[in-house]
Amino acid sequence: MLRYIVHRVLLMIPTLIAISIIIFVIIQLPPGNYLESYIAELQAQGESVDPQKIAFLREYYGLDKPMAEQYLHWVWGMLRGDFGYSFEFNLPVTKVVGDRMLLTMLVSATTILFTWAVAFPIGIYSATHQYSWGDYGLSFIGFLGIAVPNFMLALVMMYLANVYFGTSIGGLMGPEFIGKPWSWAKFVSVLEHIWIPVIVIGTHSTAGMIRRLRANLLDELQKQYVVTARAKGLPPRKVLFKYPLRMALNFFISDIGSILPHVISGAEITAVVLSLPTAGPMLLNALKSQDMYLAGSFLMFLALMIVIGVLISDLALVALDPRIRLQGGVAR
Amino acid sequence: MSTAAATDKLEHFVSDAPFDPTSAARLTPEQERFYLASQWKLMWWKFKLHRVAVVSGIILLLMYASTIVTEVLAPYNLHTRHTDFIYASPQSVHLFHEGRFVGPFVYELRKSLNMETLRREYAEDTSRPLPLRFFCSGDPYKFWGMIDMSFHLVCPEEGATLFLLGTDRLGRDVLSRILYGARISLTIGLLGIFISFALGLVIGGIAGYFGGMVDLVIQRVIEVIRSFPELPLWMALSAVLPVTWSPILIYFGITGILAMLEWTGLARAVRSKLLALREEDYCTAARLMGARPKRIIGRHLLPGFMSHLIASATLSIPGMILGETALSFLGIGLRPPITSWGVLLNEAQNINVVALYPWLMLPVVPVIVIILAFNFFGDGLRDAADPYR
Repeated sequence: MLRYIVHRVLLMIPTLIAISIIIFVIIQLPPGNYLESYIAELQAQGESVDPQKIAFLREYYGLDKPMAEQYLHWVWGMLRGDFGYSFEFNLPVTKVVGDRMLLTMLVSATTILFTWAVAFPIGIYSATHQYSWGDYGLSFIGFLGIAVPNFMLALVMMYLANVYFGTSIGGLMGPEFIGKPWSWAKFVSVLEHIWIPVIVIGTHSTAGMIRRLRANLLDELQKQYVVTARAKGLPPRKVLFKYPLRMALNFFISDIGSILPHVISGAEITAVVLSLPTAGPMLLNALKSQDMYLAGSFLMFLALMIVIGVLISDLALVALDPRIRLQGGVAR
Repeated sequence: MSTAAATDKLEHFVSDAPFDPTSAARLTPEQERFYLASQWKLMWWKFKLHRVAVVSGIILLLMYASTIVTEVLAPYNLHTRHTDFIYASPQSVHLFHEGRFVGPFVYELRKSLNMETLRREYAEDTSRPLPLRFFCSGDPYKFWGMIDMSFHLVCPEEGATLFLLGTDRLGRDVLSRILYGARISLTIGLLGIFISFALGLVIGGIAGYFGGMVDLVIQRVIEVIRSFPELPLWMALSAVLPVTWSPILIYFGITGILAMLEWTGLARAVRSKLLALREEDYCTAARLMGARPKRIIGRHLLPGFMSHLIASATLSIPGMILGETALSFLGIGLRPPITSWGVLLNEAQNINVVALYPWLMLPVVPVIVIILAFNFFGDGLRDAADPYR
């Protein structure tokens, strides 16, 4: 087991290196560097450019060094927890980002829990009542969940929540808690607000998961051991709960890999519409103003979240599913 | 005596017809038709049974056909502005005026300014019906940007207005803009799928045919691309498209970006199918008979999974359409004057719109319809392409 974990973690490293190279290339893509346009902008506004500051920034990013060195500099900074310097805010990126990463993780994790809670019963119902009206109805709702763009859903939900429940519009907490340290009241306020984004982000992945769970469970239900169990006279409920459902549980863990990128993608755009204090709106702003180092850090963070999420799901699957044999050679 | 002996015999039927030993193997005409049908014909028969998929196919066909004659279908031009009717609410078509059948007509819109909320309010003036004209001449336009025409399917009476889905903040007819937007939104998905189909076929083919080191590298690359959250990466790439590009270049740029991330799924499918089919007996037979790799791939392998590939390509079009819509909605995708459904939705970005001008959210309806249709159509195609069902 330990060997597998080490192996798996080591395998992550080349992936992360490749990801960081891609992101670095994207950062470098806009013509000219940000510093030049920044100076030009300041001069255009008639402000004096502090040569000391420029020199500091140039030094900080090693902008006059060759590309490879800049890349190493950037990566080395990130490894030390230094995510670069936001030109727009004139602050180190870590300061700008603040709680945003934490809240992004909170929203994503809650969304996955929500997806499980909804997809599990519906998937089982659809599989056990194949081709019934309930199955068709739920499948159709699932398709709708895939088809409705989640930013529109977010807008409408936000409006409805405001009209019918009086929840303040947008954000992840009541306005009085913003910038305050974490407390019980703030936590409760977050809970009151988090359900809208969670439902909005969750619909797409829930719909996908229901379809996959249904297909998986249907395959499982046709296997011989189920037939045998039924022929032996086991009550239908027990037949279902004893074996096929346990298989389905494993599927839940392994499916994280496919829903996590969707959840995080959906979370970004929903966050922009609902103006959540997560990574989304800031990433968009950074991209729009070409503050590429800030954007790069966010992208890196999101990709890291996915890689680690998939890693956790892989490890959990190994721990849970006895059929996955790690060291070959041991027969049965 | 002889008669008694005859009655002792068990009576049984013997046919006089000459015996034909091949009769069991002979096929009825239907069977023959079935066994001789080509793979595509079989697919078509199976596809026809899937009623939802057929209906979706027809809807798709109609929507794509409408983009050919957009100018005729739309009552107004893309950029025609009615400065007197800003944020006009949708007008409805009536049939009966004061209990009398008049045919389809609209009432005149009367604008008033609510002095408390400072909102423009529109009410119907029901005193006079204004019949609609069909096959009429209205807003002049250039058909396909080339031929000067003014022929429309439907137009309002001279001096009257026809805003079936209301107008936007510049007084432009929302229905016409949705119809024009279909051109961009629908083609971006098709164009994108062509690019990613080609990429997936070539890259997946290389990985599957050569195997070994090449395969390993390509697999890793695909894995890395897949571990990115799609939308943020799209956002980043489209944000770095130079501002100086013309809208049409941006259109191709965005299409390319969408295609760049979508080919991975297809490449994987091609690779795994190639690896599996390469080991099939008929492939070995072809090789033993001296066929070149080109012929084996083109003649024996590709047709084996082309139908499957087309089905999965169909299923990845909606993702691209949604992606473009999302990017344009955020304001980093296509930009005016190119109008797609996402660009239209960009106007419906804040909650005021939902509360005050809900009709500006209507461009989302064709998005939902097209995505549902592609999903059902693709599902039907996939089932039909699967020979084991």
